[in-house]
Amino acid sequence: MKKLSARRRHPLAALVVLLLALACTGGLYAVFAPADKAQADETAQSLTIEEGKKLYTVGCASCHGTGGQGTSDGPSLVGVGAAAVDFQVSTGRMPAATSQGAQIPRKKNIYSQAEIDQLAAYIASLGAGPAVPTEAQYGPEGADAAKGGELFRNNCAQCHNFTGKGGALTHGKYAPSLEGVTPKHIYEAMLTGPQNMPSFPDSTMSEQNKKDIIAYLNAVNGDETESPGGLELGGLGPVSEGLFAWVFGLGALIAVAVWVAARTAKAKKS
Amino acid sequence: MSSQDIPEENLPAAQDTSHGAVKLADEQNPFADPGLPPHEPRVQDIDERAAKRSERAVALLFTVSMLATVGFIASYVTIPVDRSVYIWPIGHISALNFALGMTLGLALFCIGAGAVHWARTLMSDHELADERHPIEAAPEVRAKVMDDFRQGAKESALGRRKLIRNTMFGALALFPLSGVVLLRDLGPLPGTKLRHTLWSKGKLLVNMNTNEPLRPSDLIVGSLTFAKPEGLEEHDHDFQTEIAKAALMLVRIKPDDIKDKRSLEWSHEGILAYSKICTHVGCPISLYEQQTHHALCPCHQSTFDLSDGAKVIFGPAGHPLPQLRIGVNDEGYLEALGDFDEPVGPAFWERG
Repeated sequence: MKKLSARRRHPLAALVVLLLALACTGGLYAVFAPADKAQADETAQSLTIEEGKKLYTVGCASCHGTGGQGTSDGPSLVGVGAAAVDFQVSTGRMPAATSQGAQIPRKKNIYSQAEIDQLAAYIASLGAGPAVPTEAQYGPEGADAAKGGELFRNNCAQCHNFTGKGGALTHGKYAPSLEGVTPKHIYEAMLTGPQNMPSFPDSTMSEQNKKDIIAYLNAVNGDETESPGGLELGGLGPVSEGLFAWVFGLGALIAVAVWVAARTAKAKKS
Repeated sequence: MSSQDIPEENLPAAQDTSHGAVKLADEQNPFADPGLPPHEPRVQDIDERAAKRSERAVALLFTVSMLATVGFIASYVTIPVDRSVYIWPIGHISALNFALGMTLGLALFCIGAGAVHWARTLMSDHELADERHPIEAAPEVRAKVMDDFRQGAKESALGRRKLIRNTMFGALALFPLSGVVLLRDLGPLPGTKLRHTLWSKGKLLVNMNTNEPLRPSDLIVGSLTFAKPEGLEEHDHDFQTEIAKAALMLVRIKPDDIKDKRSLEWSHEGILAYSKICTHVGCPISLYEQQTHHALCPCHQSTFDLSDGAKVIFGPAGHPLPQLRIGVNDEGYLEALGDFDEPVGPAFWERG
C-alpha cells in the first residue's frame, strides 16, 4: 500500500487510474449487457405490437372493433393467430372493401411484409393462435406428392376440384383456384380456415399431411407441370371438355362442310 | 290411294329432264319445277393441264396421308412414353401423345381431303334426276299375297285341330319364363345390408388422414374431419364396400349454435358426426361452409344445414343426413354409441 501511495504522484499515475477505470466500466458492461439486450428485445417486441396496434386502428378497427373483439361487420380476432392475419392481409382479402356480398375476394395487397408482421404481432398478442408457418413446414423437402394427392382428394377436392382449379358453392360463394397461390398461403389457409373454408388444424391434419398436400398441388399446378393429355381446357373436368367438343369440334366440322359445298368448282366463263 | 287414283291436274308438273330447260313459275302454275340449272363445265373439264394439276394435288394428299401413317408407326416405335415436350400454347405435354395424335389426324384428314378434291374436280359432275315410283305394290300382286295367306291358313287347319293350336299357345306362353328365371342371378337380394354399417357401440372414430383415433380436443370449432370406424383398413378387400356406407364427416359447432335438440344431444360438446353419403343418390358430400354450417352436395346441389339436424334446405334430397351418436370412452377417445338409427345414403322402396 505504501508502495502504491508513494507513487501516486508519478507522472503516469493518472494514466494507470484511467485504464483501471476503463477496465472496470468494460467489465461491468460485460456483466450487465445481456440483461440490457433482452430488455431491448422486449422493447422491440412491444414496439412492434405498438406499431401493429396503430396500423390496426387505421385499417381494421372499424369492422373488427377497437380491441379486436368484433362487431356486427366483422368477426372477433381474439385467438385467430398470426397465421390468419398473414393470410388475410398478404392475399389482399383484408382490409375488405365491404362486409356485404357473398365472399371477400382476393385483391392487391397494400401492406409491406413488415407492416403485416406488425399487425400479426398485435393480433397474436390478443390471444394465442396459430403462428405463421416457416419454410421448413411448407417447403418441398421430405414431402410425398402421391400421399398428398390422396389427402387432397379426401379433404380438399370436393370444393377445390381435383387439381385445385376451384369451384362454386352456395349463394355466390366459391372455392378459389389454388393456381399461383404461394405454399405459405395454402398452409395458412388449411391451418386457419379463412371465411367459409373449414379449418384443418395440426391435430387432425398433421404438419406432414399439409406439406404433402402442398407438394401435390405444386406437382399438378406448377409451371413445369406436364399435361400428358394435351390441352387442359382449364382442368375443370368433363363438362368443359364436352362443351368444347360440341361447340368447337362439331362447329368446325359444320363450317368445313359448308365451306366445301359453297365453294363452286365451276369455271367462271366457258 | 294409288298414284293411279290421283287426278291428272293434281300431279306435279312433268319434269323436264333435259339440262338447261328452265320452266319458270307463272300465273297458271305457281309451283312449276324449274328443272335443273344448265350444266356448266369446270376448268378441269376444259383444260387438260388443270385436270393434271388436280390429279397431282389429289395424289399429293394421299401420299401425305401415307407418310403420316408411316410417321405414326415410327413415333409409336421410337418415342419413349415418358418423354415430355413443351409446345406453345398447350404447355408441357407428352411427346408421344402429341406425335400420335398429329400423325393420325393428318393421315385421316388427307384421305378425306383427297377424296373430296377428287370428287369435286375430276369425277363427273353431271346432275342426274332419278324419278320416284309409287311405294304401293300393284293390285294383282296384293291380291295374290292375300290369296296365298288365306290358303296357308286353311291348309294349316289351325281352326280345326284345336289340340295343336292350344298346345302351341301354351308352349309359346311358357317359353319366356326361362328368361325370367335367369333374372334371379342378378341377386341375391340385399337383405338388411342397406340398413346397417360397420359402426357399432364402442367403435372408435379413426382420423382418415393420420389413421389415429380422435380425441375431442383434436377438433376445433370450424374444422372438418373425416373418420372411419376402428378396424377398417384401406387394404381390406371390402374397404370400398364398407366405407361407402360408413364414411363419416365430423364438424364442430359451438353448442349454442346447434338448433336441433336431438342433434345436440347426440353430439359430444358440439362435435357432430354425420354420414358423408348424400341421401339423394349417394354422392360423397362434404362441401362444408363453416360460417353458414351448410354442407353442399356437388352432384345435384342438395344443401343440408348441419347446425339444424342436417335438415335439407335446398335441392332434391329427401331425407336429412343420418347422424351418428357419439361419446367419449374411458381413455378419452371419441367412440360411436351404436350404428346409425336409419339407413344411410339414397332412399329405397322398403326404407320406410
